[in-house]
Amino acid sequence: MKFVDEYRDAGLARALGTKIAALAEPGRHYKIMEVCGGHTHTIYKHGIEDHLPETVELVHGPGCPVCVIPMGRVDDGITIARRDNVIFTCFGDMMRVPGGDGSLLDAKAQGADVRFVYSPLDALKIARNNPDKDVVFYAIGFETTAPSTALTLMRAKAEGLKNFSVMCNHVTIVPPLKALLESPDLRLDAFIGPGHVSTVVGCRPYEFIPKDYGQPVVVAGFEPLDLLQAILMLMTQLADGRAEIENQYARAVPWEGNTRALEVMQEVFRLRPYFEWRGLGFISQSALSLTDDYADFDAELRFDVPGVRVADPKACQCGEVLKGVIKPWECKVFGTACTPETPIGTCMVSSEGACAAYYNFGRFARSKARAGA
Amino acid sequence: MADLEEEVLARIERQRKLRPRFRDSVITMAHGAGGKATHTLVAGLFAHAYANDALSELADAARLDIAGAPVAFTTDAFVVKPLRFPGGSIGELAINGTVNDLAVSGAKPLAIATAFVLEEGLDANVLKAEVEAMARAAEAAGVPVVAGDTKVVERGKADGMYITTTGIGVGDERARLSATSIRPGDHILLSGYIADHGTAIMLARGELELDADVVSDTRSVWPFVVALLDAAAPHVRVMRDPTRGGVATVLNELAGDADVGVVLDEDRVPVRPPVKGACEILGIDPMYVANEGQLIAVVAEEAAPHALAALRSVPGGEDAVDVGRVADQPAGMVLVNTTFGGTRIMDMLIGDPLPRIC
Repeated sequence: MKFVDEYRDAGLARALGTKIAALAEPGRHYKIMEVCGGHTHTIYKHGIEDHLPETVELVHGPGCPVCVIPMGRVDDGITIARRDNVIFTCFGDMMRVPGGDGSLLDAKAQGADVRFVYSPLDALKIARNNPDKDVVFYAIGFETTAPSTALTLMRAKAEGLKNFSVMCNHVTIVPPLKALLESPDLRLDAFIGPGHVSTVVGCRPYEFIPKDYGQPVVVAGFEPLDLLQAILMLMTQLADGRAEIENQYARAVPWEGNTRALEVMQEVFRLRPYFEWRGLGFISQSALSLTDDYADFDAELRFDVPGVRVADPKACQCGEVLKGVIKPWECKVFGTACTPETPIGTCMVSSEGACAAYYNFGRFARSKARAGA
Repeated sequence: MADLEEEVLARIERQRKLRPRFRDSVITMAHGAGGKATHTLVAGLFAHAYANDALSELADAARLDIAGAPVAFTTDAFVVKPLRFPGGSIGELAINGTVNDLAVSGAKPLAIATAFVLEEGLDANVLKAEVEAMARAAEAAGVPVVAGDTKVVERGKADGMYITTTGIGVGDERARLSATSIRPGDHILLSGYIADHGTAIMLARGELELDADVVSDTRSVWPFVVALLDAAAPHVRVMRDPTRGGVATVLNELAGDADVGVVLDEDRVPVRPPVKGACEILGIDPMYVANEGQLIAVVAEEAAPHALAALRSVPGGEDAVDVGRVADQPAGMVLVNTTFGGTRIMDMLIGDPLPRIC
């Protein structure tokens, strides 16, 4: 398929793999974090690790929008979804995330009108077509999806729609990265910067990583060759002793980001003083809520939600997985009590979650498969 | 560390091989999607409750010995929405679905019985069109519709109509089909392009605002079965039609039943560009998308080239390919050699990414 196959060429991949191996200093172990869950998915789906030397380890980061939603927020959503006369809309992955008592999918099976949409604009369309129903969109995601939620709200306001509201769970990328870099239990060498987020925020927000922490960042695209090239760029920086931000994904990411999208976000959202992240706890100024001008569209104000904090199940180690401190398989419940069909933690739900990606695509003895090939 | 990881993986595989138990408290759409949840429901509830020798294989059709004759017997329900879609309609599916379940069991379809659940208010012309579509498909497959039943339910209860078909066939005596006969070294043959049917339905529903020229592949696969048996009967281990859950689900079932590994070469599996494009945009892997006129056959290595040539000689089988092979490791799993030169697992479908497709 045009514009896709070009980025999945095995010959080019092998050539990049050889260059990466040549840059690896003997005896040194490299830990490179891919921040974004979309990258994690690509890594496992295409088997990128097969092109890397064993001394270059990829560590999975916190950038999976479904994974960072705490259980209490799921329960709040379910409470709204169960109300009479409500059509509750969200992205498909979100429906399977377990709350304190079941998921949105369970609520649907029990009679709640829960529908999955590909875009908040689809939710708006449902609202227009069902004027006698209250339509709620459960908004999740980093700066990637926040502008489309903002635009949808601006449109709803312009149309004077009274039966549409948003439960806002949008988060921002920089605060969790800072929290990670301050964490004493993680030692990284370099970062693969998120691609989609950066199409909105640009490269500038990551400047603190090389400046304050002396680590290189390369913003990368989502095709497998994008990732291998980004790893090569990081290994080159490390070999040269440089720590800079570089942009591998220049075909989509402008250095300054998308100013129009940032303006739209400015209009509709403001920073929450603090927000709970699954497994990471409360992080200050790390999430968005609606401004006073959009208060009429705020589902949390329109409906009574419990707003209770629900502690993660004891056995669940999503926090450690999100921080890259442990590998998915090192979690005590991985693959036995916690599987994609009966997930305990969020990382096992989303296709971008490190546990789901590893379970679905990487759950085999790679060394034996290589030997047998 | 690699040892520790392998230990964890081995423990997970042991657990996965335990007989599935049905513990869910409500039925969700995932139970009908053909993947993991369906498997748990069928094996954990139905097969457990009805336990008998014919059922225990959980094959596409039950094999019965009736007065010394090898008989294949199967049934299928059709709840597709919309009723008509590019390349076919519910009536055609209802015949071909049951014909194909018999065919891949190595049985020549002999007769079909059908039941209609009709919704109050259904336009009689819509019903007539489907009855005619069934008559045409039955004639094309050379199998008469010999019995039936009709029920009508209140408006809003049955999406226009639901159809069930039950089929009986007589086993071709050359066919010696069983997943347990699969051996390392065997080849996996596929009759043509995958994911056409599921993609055509998704697009026909019009909810995704995607437009592409994709047509359902609904057809009888019996001609492929005859060609394979004529060419290489003693070497054909097993055949399946990859409907709900797609190629991925069928290969996982075979790997599990035979306790072997299946290694698939991604770049050899044919997917039409518009199908690939639609799946890419929707984030769906075509390997999990339904087919209604394709066949997967596991064939002994020495007969593979000959069997493939036979498939290709059947009209509509020109695009048949040899897509992979059976290995002894990793037992019970499907590995994919990606186009990118890496390796990954292809597991059973989890959840329900798709609308009702059959």
